[in-house]
Amino acid sequence: MKKSSRVFFKIIACAWILVLAAICQTSAADYDYINISEPFSRKVPIAVPVFKSMSVAPEEEEIARDAAGQLAEALAYTGYFKLIDHGAFLEQPAEKGVTMEALNFKNWRDIGAELLITGGVRYEAGVLQMEFRLFDPFRAELLVGKRYTSPADDVRQMVLRFADQVIARLTGRQGLFDSRIAFVGADADGKAVYTCDFDGRNLRRLTKPQPIVVGPAWHPNLGSIAYTAYTDDRPEIYSVNTSSQEVTKLADFEGINITPAWLPDGSGLAATLAFEGDEEIYLLTREGKVDKRLTKSWGVDVSPSFSPDGKKMVFVSSRSGSPQLYVKEISSGRIRRLTYEGRYNTQPDWSPGGDRIVYSGMKDGSIDIYVVDVNTGEVSRLTRQAGDNEAPSWSPDGSMIVFSSTRTGSSKLFVMTASGTDQRKLLDMDGKQQLPDWSPARGN
Amino acid sequence: MLKKNHIQSLLLCMLVLSLVMVVSCGKQAPGPGEAADEPGMSESELSDAERAAREAERQAAIEEQEIEARRKAEQEAGQTEAEAREQFVNEKVYFGFDDSALSPEARDALRDKIEWLRANPDQCVIIEGHCDERGTDEYNLALGSRRAESVKSFIVKSGIDASRLSTISYGEERPAVEGSNEEAWAKNRRAEFQFTRCR
Repeated sequence: MKKSSRVFFKIIACAWILVLAAICQTSAADYDYINISEPFSRKVPIAVPVFKSMSVAPEEEEIARDAAGQLAEALAYTGYFKLIDHGAFLEQPAEKGVTMEALNFKNWRDIGAELLITGGVRYEAGVLQMEFRLFDPFRAELLVGKRYTSPADDVRQMVLRFADQVIARLTGRQGLFDSRIAFVGADADGKAVYTCDFDGRNLRRLTKPQPIVVGPAWHPNLGSIAYTAYTDDRPEIYSVNTSSQEVTKLADFEGINITPAWLPDGSGLAATLAFEGDEEIYLLTREGKVDKRLTKSWGVDVSPSFSPDGKKMVFVSSRSGSPQLYVKEISSGRIRRLTYEGRYNTQPDWSPGGDRIVYSGMKDGSIDIYVVDVNTGEVSRLTRQAGDNEAPSWSPDGSMIVFSSTRTGSSKLFVMTASGTDQRKLLDMDGKQQLPDWSPARGN
Repeated sequence: MLKKNHIQSLLLCMLVLSLVMVVSCGKQAPGPGEAADEPGMSESELSDAERAAREAERQAAIEEQEIEARRKAEQEAGQTEAEAREQFVNEKVYFGFDDSALSPEARDALRDKIEWLRANPDQCVIIEGHCDERGTDEYNLALGSRRAESVKSFIVKSGIDASRLSTISYGEERPAVEGSNEEAWAKNRRAEFQFTRCR
């Protein structure tokens, strides 16, 4: 009995080692298409030819063309890829076929396509079915293959689901294409909390316009957004339900109630309150009751952001005489200063990977986006000479950053890759847009 | 003897009559304070009621003058009070960039306000903290709060009851002056004062 159990454990241990080895091997093989340490230094050439219409339904051709365009656009949005022009293609999968057997990978290797995506569309009796394949033409290998079926006309949703699979296969990170961005929009009617998809589509206004609204912050389950508004003529923290748009008051202490930030597990939130006569960061319960005080220094302590594991918090403090970033370890209470360059560093956001913090810093009167390595303190600058650039926020996969910029006049939202490349406007909208917060990944 | 008696009686009668006449003449002479500017008017024609009415009118005129004078005095006093209130609100306290410390000028302005608050113990005030457009929104909201709190604590230290003072921050949301230059920024980095109902 004793002996047999020892043998059993040995078998289990051996099996474990094999499993771990297999995981290590696949993960190494998985992600070598995109250089993770410098993912945007070289864009990977990818071909996304028009999808194939699989039956005779007349709607299919239009969907096939549209879906391929949407997928190409979504992938290009990440900044990882260079789309190969359709005019260069040597074969047309829409006519020849979309499977491994039907494709001649040499035709794709010859035009330098390191990746190829084919797709097929079937639309029958009101049911849409799409199949997608991601190939490596150089290895003649199928990397991902998926089929989606839906009774609704969900082309965009299907395309984005597959795009997520592609990025997950190539980088090991997920969640970008399913994320949304909250921000404050201002026009003649006032300010309100808005949301849009990761790429600026599906714009929605969540709250009524009012004179002052600041600092929207996603709840980790994406079901609500906390923000500060002067609805009752003073800065109080509210929460708006993203589906019902129902608004509830979360914190209305004497003095300011600003910069809410949810703990990654949603068990509570941190915010700056001044009811004790000094601007300090407090941890509140999810109902808005004070749990404990997190900072204690004369002067301003504001803008908390938690590390992904919720064990540390970065925040802005003027304790040294000018606003700088500090990191607090919640359990030990230990605080260390993170930024030393410049005299005005604010608006920190901790990266989903945990290793970096993006923030805005003022130098020579203009504000730009910087990233600081949490461990080494090394700082890199991401924007320059393009107006004021503020309020940076990481995408849930850590591959992109949304921020506001005055480079084209009044404040608008822009996105860029985590390295600062591919800076472009997120959406075209009248008035001012500011203080964006990129949502966490869904289902976390 | 009889004739001599008759003459004596007549003389006595005349004397009495003349005495009566003198007395009644004396009665008819205008008394002091009566309308002597109308000598042609016979005072005897005035009835008591008319005289009372005239007197009331005169009294009313006097009273009215006094009330008018009192009201004028009150109005003048009220104007200075309104002016003082206006000055209280109009005189702002200014700050340096990214600073919530009170300059000597700021302290002087606040001493005037403390005086006024002492003289008007039933008045309560909201202290508003504001920032210039530079810097970032959230930090400026906190900085505006710091400025308002810094003003409040200076006033409270002088003995004014803290419950009469409340603070609010508007950050950079409500500039006093539009413009992106040092002159505008300097005017926007400020604490403002508004009267409010006491809690």
